[in-house]
Amino acid sequence: MEFLPTLWFILIAVLWAGYLFLEGFDLGVGMLLRGFARREDQRRVLINTIGPVWDGNEVWLLTAGGATFAAFPYWYASLFSALYVPLVLVLLALIFRAVALEYRGKAHTDLARSLWTWALCAGSYVAAFGIGAMLTLTTTGLPLNANGDRVGGAFAWFNGYAVLGGLGAVGFCLVHALAFLSLKTDGDIRRRTGRVLRRALPAFAVPLAAWAAVVVAGHGKPVGWALLATAVVVLAGAWAAARAGREGWTFIGLGAFLLSGIAAIFVSAYPVVLPSTLDPAFDLTVQNASSTPYTLGVMSVVAAFGIPLVLAYQAWTYWVFRRRLSERHIPAPHPVRTIVR
Amino acid sequence: MDFLASVLDADPLIIARWQFGITTVYHFLMVPLTIGLGLLVAVFQTIWVRTGREHWLRMTKFWGKLFLINFIMGVATGIVQEFQFGMAWSEYSRFVGDVFGAPLAMEALLAFFVESTFLGLWIFGWDRLPQRIHLATIWCASLATILSAYFILVANSWMQHPVGTEIVDGRAVMTDVWAVFTNNTALVTFPHTIAGAFAVAGGFLLGISWYHLHKRRAAGIDTVDDAGRVVVGEDPSHGRGRDRTDYRVWITSLRVGAAVAVVAFLGTAFTGHEQAQLMFEQQPMKMAAAEAACHDGTGFSVLSVGDLSSDGATTCDDVVGVYELPGLLSYLANGDFTTEIKGVNTLLPEYQEKYGTHLPDDPMYGDRAGQEINYLPLMEVTYWGFRLMITFGGMAAFAAAVALWLTRKGTVPGGKWVSRLAVLGIAAPFAANSAGWIFTEMGRQPFVVAPNPDFDGVDQVFMFTAAAVSPGVGAGELLFSTIALTSVYAVLAVVEVVLLTRFVNGGVGSAMPELGPEPDPAAGRSDGHGPGGDRPHGDPGSPGAGNDDVLAFAY
Repeated sequence: MEFLPTLWFILIAVLWAGYLFLEGFDLGVGMLLRGFARREDQRRVLINTIGPVWDGNEVWLLTAGGATFAAFPYWYASLFSALYVPLVLVLLALIFRAVALEYRGKAHTDLARSLWTWALCAGSYVAAFGIGAMLTLTTTGLPLNANGDRVGGAFAWFNGYAVLGGLGAVGFCLVHALAFLSLKTDGDIRRRTGRVLRRALPAFAVPLAAWAAVVVAGHGKPVGWALLATAVVVLAGAWAAARAGREGWTFIGLGAFLLSGIAAIFVSAYPVVLPSTLDPAFDLTVQNASSTPYTLGVMSVVAAFGIPLVLAYQAWTYWVFRRRLSERHIPAPHPVRTIVR
Repeated sequence: MDFLASVLDADPLIIARWQFGITTVYHFLMVPLTIGLGLLVAVFQTIWVRTGREHWLRMTKFWGKLFLINFIMGVATGIVQEFQFGMAWSEYSRFVGDVFGAPLAMEALLAFFVESTFLGLWIFGWDRLPQRIHLATIWCASLATILSAYFILVANSWMQHPVGTEIVDGRAVMTDVWAVFTNNTALVTFPHTIAGAFAVAGGFLLGISWYHLHKRRAAGIDTVDDAGRVVVGEDPSHGRGRDRTDYRVWITSLRVGAAVAVVAFLGTAFTGHEQAQLMFEQQPMKMAAAEAACHDGTGFSVLSVGDLSSDGATTCDDVVGVYELPGLLSYLANGDFTTEIKGVNTLLPEYQEKYGTHLPDDPMYGDRAGQEINYLPLMEVTYWGFRLMITFGGMAAFAAAVALWLTRKGTVPGGKWVSRLAVLGIAAPFAANSAGWIFTEMGRQPFVVAPNPDFDGVDQVFMFTAAAVSPGVGAGELLFSTIALTSVYAVLAVVEVVLLTRFVNGGVGSAMPELGPEPDPAAGRSDGHGPGGDRPHGDPGSPGAGNDDVLAFAY
């Protein structure tokens, strides 16, 4: 076990977990705009709960991608090129979502506003599904040749695992967003999120647990089983908290469920970062996919300084915007009035 | 279907290059405006906090609003940039990842996080944060955009001039991070790019402010006296949207914009000169192609014509220099007027000797293995890219200087056409930025990582673009993504311009609804403490409390 590649494997797992934890609820809030939010004012409450923080959350994705490029160039190259089509869809989804968040409130007509709502909602679903599928496939394997290139055509990546992982991410985002909204809102939205969580919290979390179970069972490591058991226990705890109306504990429990689930997955997969389904000799591992010790050392110094700093000021942001929102806080829209002709 | 089949037969390399070019040039339309305008908004807000004069607050809010409309497009298109190295250029990523990945990861960790988090605090924090902390958030965000430019330019400069690296087991590895981050190419490219960004922001302020001053005159709000000096008026029918402070917003913005544009152009000129001198050493072929200089000489080409692409490949046989400034090229490259600069015909055999005449018979080149290498970049693109960059940049700066003179008596001339020209002029610095990047990236071809001439022998670090594309990704996939991204980008460009236009036409009131004719009851409050006041947190429970209108600034 080499120290630096292992450290970076852990760091990348942490970045992905951080991404799913943070953007998990803001992707979920995007999904809940249709189907959960009942009126325009409720949609605006939902969007404003994530307004100050969603962009910072999305940078976790960019950092996870960039860190993979820097620390494991072969992993980055093989995974991203093999999943070309799904990642194009994820990129388009993230583009629509980001632009919709900023432009929706500036829309002039109901039709435009409705289109931006759909862009935000569908973009959130597609992005979550795609990222979930990608993270699953990097642990269950892709048809890679000796050079690490995908063989078998544009859709050779598609299988049941991809669907399971996609559903796992979507389900988690939805339930995590419900728990987030119960902490961040008041009134009708808060009541309804509590009701859904009480009744159906585990249903949303089952696909993610199943994804973790598939990966853990495939490797059979005791520590993987232990982490999976932890995940199931904290999930049960989260549900109990939801039934007891303890909103904070529900959110924390779901977060702990995610973190232990992701830990179970990455611990089981270690040291393979991307298996080849064609020949185990072509597997990418923390050893053969990583950058040199020199580069990893430089990046470790930067990360030791950067990651605590990021956590500190992002935490401060959540503190600044800790207040609950409800429909009555939402002012009437201010249409832009043309003053020059 | 024959057409479809022939397209799918196309070389994935060509499609991947078009995709990278389109998405990158598009992304870089938003980036310079974000960098330049962000810092100017921070300066405006600082002056407002220090002086308390209302027009600086209005400038902060109005230009801040346009900044955000533009910023989000840069964010959205930036994710594509980071992902597509791995997606479409996997061999490139494998070859350079050990060196090139580091600045990209650092950009995300040290710059993007700051940018996005503190901008969120700025947008939503007007009433939640103490005034000075709120001011600090826009400084953090805008300085982070500049920091991110440094990181990405370190990465790009390494492709132009690899340093601090050697080849180990067929890939470039980093041996000296300090050398990578103090690459002389990066140290001149960074100020050049930042100056170019401020040229964009200066032109943007100038054009839009001119338009508003013109409309105030056309509506009869402002007039001029016999000596041509402005007589400022106001139009109460628009609430406070077109009062005397509104005039101060536009004249101040216009002057700041014009001054920034002139200074920024001088900055691009000096740094560009440094950059060109480096490029004559580091990539002599790029500069020869920029000059369409087939033969050695000292003259700067003002106009050259020739049939460059008769058979689809650029040749140097029949380029005719129509008019040259003798000695100028030597001055640009060396600082004297006599040293002969090597032309294409001298350089070609040198490149062939050093880097080979044909692509090696290596599987990484796929079907392209064994092809003859054309070391001459597309000369039409480099020659005109270089000249358009200088022309557009110079025109914008000249126009800004003229604008300063024309507005010396306090307002703009009444002419409709000169106003249209000022608005049109917003595009010139954007065009200069795009032309410069197209020149420098196309001029590096056929290399994706250009060889460093200081390195010699077998451990030379370079990579042909032909080797960089993803071997596992087919033409169909690339075509799908190129078409999808280009179409979405085109639609979003229209949306952004429509939105910017609407907010510009709304004047400052589009960012400060309280200036409108019918003040919103929830937003109604006295002039004394505007929405930027540093009042303590309001009672969270009180419905319609004034501080909730902060949400209107955002979503």
